Amino acid sequence: MATTEEIRAGLAELVNEVTGLDADEVQLDKSFTEDLDVDSLSMVEIVVAAEEKFGVTIPDDQVKNLKTVGDAVSYIEGQS
Amino acid sequence: MSRTRVVVTGLGTTNPLGGDVASTWEAMLAGRSGVRRLTEDWAADLPVKIAAQVAVDPTEVLDRVKARRLDRTSQLALVAAAEAWADSGLDQAELDGERVGVAMASGIGGVQTLLSNYDALKEKGPRRVSPLAVPMLMPNAPAAQVSLLIGARAAVNTPVSACASGNEGVALAADQIRLGRADVVVAGGTEAAIHPLPMAAFANMMALSKTGSEDGGDPTTVSRPWDTARDGFVLGEGAGALVLESYEHAVARGATIYAEVLGAGITADGHDIAQPDPEGRGGTRAIARALEESGISPADVVHVNAHATSTPQGDVAEGLMLHTTLGKHVEDVVVTSTKSMTGHLLGGAGALESVATVLAIRDRTSPPTINLDSQDPLVELDIATTARDLPSGDVAALNNSFGFGGANVAVLYGSI
Repeated sequence: MATTEEIRAGLAELVNEVTGLDADEVQLDKSFTEDLDVDSLSMVEIVVAAEEKFGVTIPDDQVKNLKTVGDAVSYIEGQS
Repeated sequence: MSRTRVVVTGLGTTNPLGGDVASTWEAMLAGRSGVRRLTEDWAADLPVKIAAQVAVDPTEVLDRVKARRLDRTSQLALVAAAEAWADSGLDQAELDGERVGVAMASGIGGVQTLLSNYDALKEKGPRRVSPLAVPMLMPNAPAAQVSLLIGARAAVNTPVSACASGNEGVALAADQIRLGRADVVVAGGTEAAIHPLPMAAFANMMALSKTGSEDGGDPTTVSRPWDTARDGFVLGEGAGALVLESYEHAVARGATIYAEVLGAGITADGHDIAQPDPEGRGGTRAIARALEESGISPADVVHVNAHATSTPQGDVAEGLMLHTTLGKHVEDVVVTSTKSMTGHLLGGAGALESVATVLAIRDRTSPPTINLDSQDPLVELDIATTARDLPSGDVAALNNSFGFGGANVAVLYGSI
């Protein structure tokens, strides 16, 4: 099973792919909207890419709860 | 009130011959071909394996993150429009965006995005359809993306008339300025339909040349307008853009003016959804209207960038149109089809050929028609087979485009 850091790094790659943001910026305490400026459509793309990459399901009604990178990493850890 | 004069103050393109205007024009005058054999796996089963892809892939030029949110039609349009805008010297910060418009045409629209998302839907389910699919594939996406690039907030239009679209973009952009609705309009057309589905569709309707696909022949000789051995067009991709501006606006800011848009004619055949009128009556009316609107005589026309796609019927019909509209003066007109080098860019064709027509006036040089080894005896035109000088003095040049649906667009440019 992937470690927290492996999931964070994997997620950071996806954020970079979708938004161009430097992967090093994507740290656990960062808010997707406030700190990383990820818009809602980019978030959908990141979520769908994360589902494929980590083999998990992230329902639309859960996405609003994933405010920070740490929230997303925890959710993926809990599912996988 | 006198009629508002419309001039061309910026040019841009990316196409099979080059990623910008300078390299394209050099290649055109040298008679180079942008046509090649498709070696990609997806082309292996196609009946036609020859096409004219852009010389410079737009993803090499655009920012990666920006490019992935754009269909290829929009990528190509942005490359061409950015060049034209920079060439015009216009500065968004000094302009009222409400007086700036866009008329960026497309024949088919974002077909590659549509089909790749359909592939994702079939293979992986609806969750994998991109949330950006619609704003990427919609026909007005290229025009809207150009408007965002330059801050245009007057009319942002997408003329759609198949292979006449790009020329119609220029004609309608000139109208916006003449009607006083804008001072500046970025006009043109874009297309990116080199994909197995449109390739198969055009091949199945016998529109594409099948020469060279199975026999290992030289792909650069397949597009051969007016030659007796022509048997269909070669599909190309790319975009062209022109900055049109009211003469007053251009002069007031000391702009470099390439040429004037004298007038246009837009008509419909009312004959068939795909077949051109065999006598070219709709096209004849378009050219006649362009002459009338321009207020010039046939004797003023020294050059024609013809639609001539290398199809057996269409090329002959266009010759008839020129004879009917220009009369005896047709003998003094240097005619060319740059599609012999670029292939047929569909909705981008009229735009790229507008760029070529304007440059022909500026440099007083007609680009050649390559591969014309044996001119069809049914076509009595003086066709340039190498780059040819055009007369000095006040001259006019005609750009023709015709499209499925019976669309005919003729635009006349004049020296200035």
